[in-house]
Amino acid sequence: MGGVLARGGNGGRAMTDQTPLLEVTDLVKHYAVRGGILRRRVGTVHAVDGVSFSVGKGETLGLVGESGCGKSTVARTVMRLVEPSSGAIKLDGTDITGLSKAEMRPHRRSMQIVFQDPFASLNPRMTAGDIVGEPLSVHGLATGRAKQERVAELFAQVGLRADQMKNYPHQFSGGQRQRICIARALSLGPRLIVCDEPVSALDVSIQAQVINLLIDLQRKHGFSYLFIAHDLAVVAHISHRVAVMYLGRIVEIADKTELFANPRHPYTQALLASVPIADPKAKKLEPMIDGDVPSPINPPPGCAFHTRCRYAMDRCKVERPVLMPAGAKHEVACWLNDGTGRAG
Amino acid sequence: MTSINYDSELKRAGAHSTHGWRRLAFLAQRYVLGTFGLFIMLLFVWVAISADLICRYDPLSVDSAHRLASPDWRHWMGTDSFGRDVWSRIVHGARISLAVGIGSTFLGSSIGVMVGLASGYLSGWVDLVFQRITDILQALPLLVLALVMTAALGPSLPNVIIAIAIPLIPTVARVIRANTLALRELPFVEAAKSIGMSETRIALRHVLPNTLAPLIVLATAQLGSTILTEASLSFLGLGIPEPYPSWGRMLSESAAEYVRTAPWLVIFPGVAISLAVFGTNLFGDALRDILDPRQRG
Repeated sequence: MGGVLARGGNGGRAMTDQTPLLEVTDLVKHYAVRGGILRRRVGTVHAVDGVSFSVGKGETLGLVGESGCGKSTVARTVMRLVEPSSGAIKLDGTDITGLSKAEMRPHRRSMQIVFQDPFASLNPRMTAGDIVGEPLSVHGLATGRAKQERVAELFAQVGLRADQMKNYPHQFSGGQRQRICIARALSLGPRLIVCDEPVSALDVSIQAQVINLLIDLQRKHGFSYLFIAHDLAVVAHISHRVAVMYLGRIVEIADKTELFANPRHPYTQALLASVPIADPKAKKLEPMIDGDVPSPINPPPGCAFHTRCRYAMDRCKVERPVLMPAGAKHEVACWLNDGTGRAG
Repeated sequence: MTSINYDSELKRAGAHSTHGWRRLAFLAQRYVLGTFGLFIMLLFVWVAISADLICRYDPLSVDSAHRLASPDWRHWMGTDSFGRDVWSRIVHGARISLAVGIGSTFLGSSIGVMVGLASGYLSGWVDLVFQRITDILQALPLLVLALVMTAALGPSLPNVIIAIAIPLIPTVARVIRANTLALRELPFVEAAKSIGMSETRIALRHVLPNTLAPLIVLATAQLGSTILTEASLSFLGLGIPEPYPSWGRMLSESAAEYVRTAPWLVIFPGVAISLAVFGTNLFGDALRDILDPRQRG
């Protein structure tokens, strides 16, 4: 597996340290499907099936795919909220895969998560200030006045007023709640923030504000994002590199500009073609894929995408393609890839 | 065109005051029925506390000259078949009813919360064991279970409280468990995990407060039914031992014999029970609304 790419990033970000901040190798998460009276294992959901990638320091890796392709499972596994079936997660060179809850605690400060649903990710019975200040007390970083000041500072950073600290979550709008979630994630001074579809639940106008806030915060603090979304436009705006997932596997990973200019995997091409164009006169592109994602309980043999791929060959039905280099900082898992750069 | 400034109107009414009498006054005016319920409950508490001051007769003293006297200026609620003053017995009965009601509801709910929280949050074998015990307890009717308990423990006030509390545990545990199971999957609990909070702290700080609203409704509803259970137990001779006054026994021992000839023996204890249950229910409903910040303005 050639998942560990050399440092990507665009815009000439100078990197002195070559160790990636987050390095995920061969991550697998299977869920048992149990049935019958004896609750025997009758099947396996291949939620994540051998995923490898890395996120550099100060970099944003966008992870895209249809719903049900395992994006969120990757996020939860990286955060150690879900135990991986196998594989390794390295945070700044330290393997955190097998750490116990207690051993994990200090590493929690280095990585935080922002969830999709801003309504369910805040405890309705706590004030916004208490929610943002809670991580500080859990890690014993600040108490009393110092904590209040720090929380006020965090509120200012995410564009909320300090007098909103005593309000309850239901008194905020969706965008404001997501700002509270971001403030909570920031409170511990993390180096990696996993964003699990942070703007999918928001209005389009608010999405842009939140995305820009995330970009500003990254410029200021230099942390990395693992940014998960199903909306390519959003990912295009924030990411330095983009990985495309299909049915539990990464099918293509490349620098953002490269991926958008030269998509190599038929699935990526189809995804790009499906992005709506804000021009009523624009010619409608013919849909490149139809049907639904196959069930992850019985993923198709060979290349998981062959059931929907217009270029499917006999080989695709039996042999699973692995990620292979396809140009500079570009890897694709497709038998059409001959290493020269043209596909399809 | 004039516009109403809702915020200043609310402020004037005291909606934003979080402390002291102003807040209390605002809540009282907003939840009239709840305030009425609280008033009834406080009245009963006051009656129970100052029982010796507000009645002229000893609730236990027998006066054969005035058996089954109808209500008049001497005996406000008449006398029973032993010539005991019904008013005094109801006033002193408030002590028993409140002690049993509050005591067993509190005991049953606290144990139920612990069991439910542990069961829902830890899941696995803890859940399995607790749920099977709960199944067994729930398979028996509340009254039968309480009956068996008092028969085993012997009739006395603490034993009645324990006997009534134990059947409450499964009901409370089930509600808390169901809530906990739902809450456990919510992102704010996951967020708490990802900041490195301990499981116990998550359970107490994030899960428990969010199960409070249904718990309070349940507990206040149970408060009424425990008073009724105590009445039933006493009727069956397993409640509060004679000669101490209990509303339930006063009601049941006279119901069959004297309902036609001396209806005051049935009416007054009945009214006392109904009023107590009514008051707790009204108050419980208001409390639920107040405690749930989502329903606040």
